[in-house]
Amino acid sequence: MTDPVLSIRGLTKRFGGLTAVNNVSWDVYPGEVVALLGDNGAGKSTLIKCVSGVYTADEGEIYFQGRRSHFARPIDARRVGIETIYQDLALANNLDVPANIFLGREAKKSYFGGLIKTLDEKFMLREAHAGLDALDIRFPSLSQPIDSLSGGQRQAVAIARAVYWDARLMIMDEPTNNLGVPEQRKVQELIRKLRDQGVPVILITHTLPDVFAVSDRILVMHRGRKVTEKKTADTNSEELVRYMVGALDDTVNPVDV
Amino acid sequence: MTSSDAKAAARASVSRLPASKQFIIVASRLWAWAFLGLMIVFFVVAVPAVGGATFFTVRNSQNILVAITPVLLLGLGQTLVIISAGIDLSVGWVMSLASVLSALAIRSAFNAGIPLFPSVVIGFLAAVAGAGLVGLINGTIIAKLKVPAFIVTLGSSFIVRGVALLMSENTTVIGLPDGIRDYGNESLFYLVRGEGGGFYFFERPELSGEMLRQLDRILPYPVLVTAVVVAIAIFILRKTQFGRHTYAIGGNLQAALRTGIPVDSHIIKLYMLSSITAGIAGFLSTLRFTAGSAVIGDALLLSSIAAVIIGGVSLFGGAGTIMGTVIGSLIIAVLTTGLVMLNVQAFWQFIVVGVVVIVAVLIDQSRDLIVGRHGPGQGS
Repeated sequence: MTDPVLSIRGLTKRFGGLTAVNNVSWDVYPGEVVALLGDNGAGKSTLIKCVSGVYTADEGEIYFQGRRSHFARPIDARRVGIETIYQDLALANNLDVPANIFLGREAKKSYFGGLIKTLDEKFMLREAHAGLDALDIRFPSLSQPIDSLSGGQRQAVAIARAVYWDARLMIMDEPTNNLGVPEQRKVQELIRKLRDQGVPVILITHTLPDVFAVSDRILVMHRGRKVTEKKTADTNSEELVRYMVGALDDTVNPVDV
Repeated sequence: MTSSDAKAAARASVSRLPASKQFIIVASRLWAWAFLGLMIVFFVVAVPAVGGATFFTVRNSQNILVAITPVLLLGLGQTLVIISAGIDLSVGWVMSLASVLSALAIRSAFNAGIPLFPSVVIGFLAAVAGAGLVGLINGTIIAKLKVPAFIVTLGSSFIVRGVALLMSENTTVIGLPDGIRDYGNESLFYLVRGEGGGFYFFERPELSGEMLRQLDRILPYPVLVTAVVVAIAIFILRKTQFGRHTYAIGGNLQAALRTGIPVDSHIIKLYMLSSITAGIAGFLSTLRFTAGSAVIGDALLLSSIAAVIIGGVSLFGGAGTIMGTVIGSLIIAVLTTGLVMLNVQAFWQFIVVGVVVIVAVLIDQSRDLIVGRHGPGQGS
């Protein structure tokens, strides 16, 4: 069996008297889409924020690509290739597609021995085209401010940006929220494409259709604990809902998987 | 957004919209130019009609350009700050402080036996350093201590005003060397009209009496300096990473932070730039009047913000151009000059400028409603 890309061991995070994440262990393997499922307040966002460097865990270890990792800030996680796409997508709506893909990492041309540096717009436009092509994303034009794009297209820009900058693990927070059905399908398609290119995806969601459409495995959390981990093919909506509301719990009533 | 691709895209997206919407987009993009043109035509016709002098003369156009330099210089830094979704209320008083500082520096240097030109350079450095320090303090408090820009710059404008009055001992700083008047008032070209006239480059012809009335100055030095600052500002905003980050911070602060843009240091630099352009305005006014004044910039803050808004910069941040601010400044200056030449009471200027500011924002909003806040035609 291949080694996991991400390994979490006994991770615990407390906020004062509240244990938001309680002793969770979890592995994510290359080329799979794992859904992280749970009701509001189940601890899934906190768990993910520990992985992406927003929070520091109180107990437990995180291994990324086999190495013990400690992310003090989000930028540390991004440097090793953990890209998190939050619901607001971290896009500047007043800028065009290439500007967003290169946001904060703009390509520059040097003049007078580096004394004056200008933006290399041509290079960024070309690279943006290539990056989008690699994911089969097509827009009529890349040179408009992206608030003229639909929600799904913006999601695609955020994904393309993460892939362009060499994401090794993609974490997506409710990527299909607020999208129409055709747009949801397109985003799901993109997630599958990422998996096919070997980038594992963690999908934080409580949208069950998403889970069954794209995920290979499912982890369900309830009140900070991992209550089950299943292959998507081996479960169904009713069972998942029972786990989510706490009616089923593998740690209390072990079930054979 | 600068490539021809961008223009093609903007055209393409315009052509997908119904004709009425297309008209609004085009009109909203060009209205400031059109308004400026119409206004000039109006004054050209109306001024002689009420028995005034000809409006559109070389001399008058150069006077208008000289008149807008302070408002425009303050507006340039303000444009950068407002695009980043901030505001700088201290610029008018920073200009005053810089005027006093440069006057004191030039006087001391010259009296200490330093030749004229190096003294003027010392005055320039004093103005820029003093102004830059105010910007550094403003920006640091805004970026690091997270105090709203409105409050910080409001507070610092009072402080700067007090410091300028203290330093000038509440009087005009005079006793400057006579020669600096040339730096503030002479120009690149001279045109002498009528018989025996001609075109002179760089050197003012020796004239006397009646002939002096035939002399027109073309591109006075303050205008030239301002033009250079305008060109630098356009370059920074359109071509550099600094400009891109300015739009990004104004467009989505969270995105800028998450993508690793050094937001704090960027904001500090923006307020320094804003103060420095105000400092240059103060320095130029000292040269022009051969004196430093602690009240010279008092009335200019609101005019500069008006110019920026008429020019289409969004107070929400993320959108606007330097050329917009240039046109906004021109509109205010032409309006003011024209009304004076029409013998309209000066109070009406305020009323007209106020109406234009509000109409400008209404036009921008109607466009935003129809095509989105950053729809085609915004961009850098």
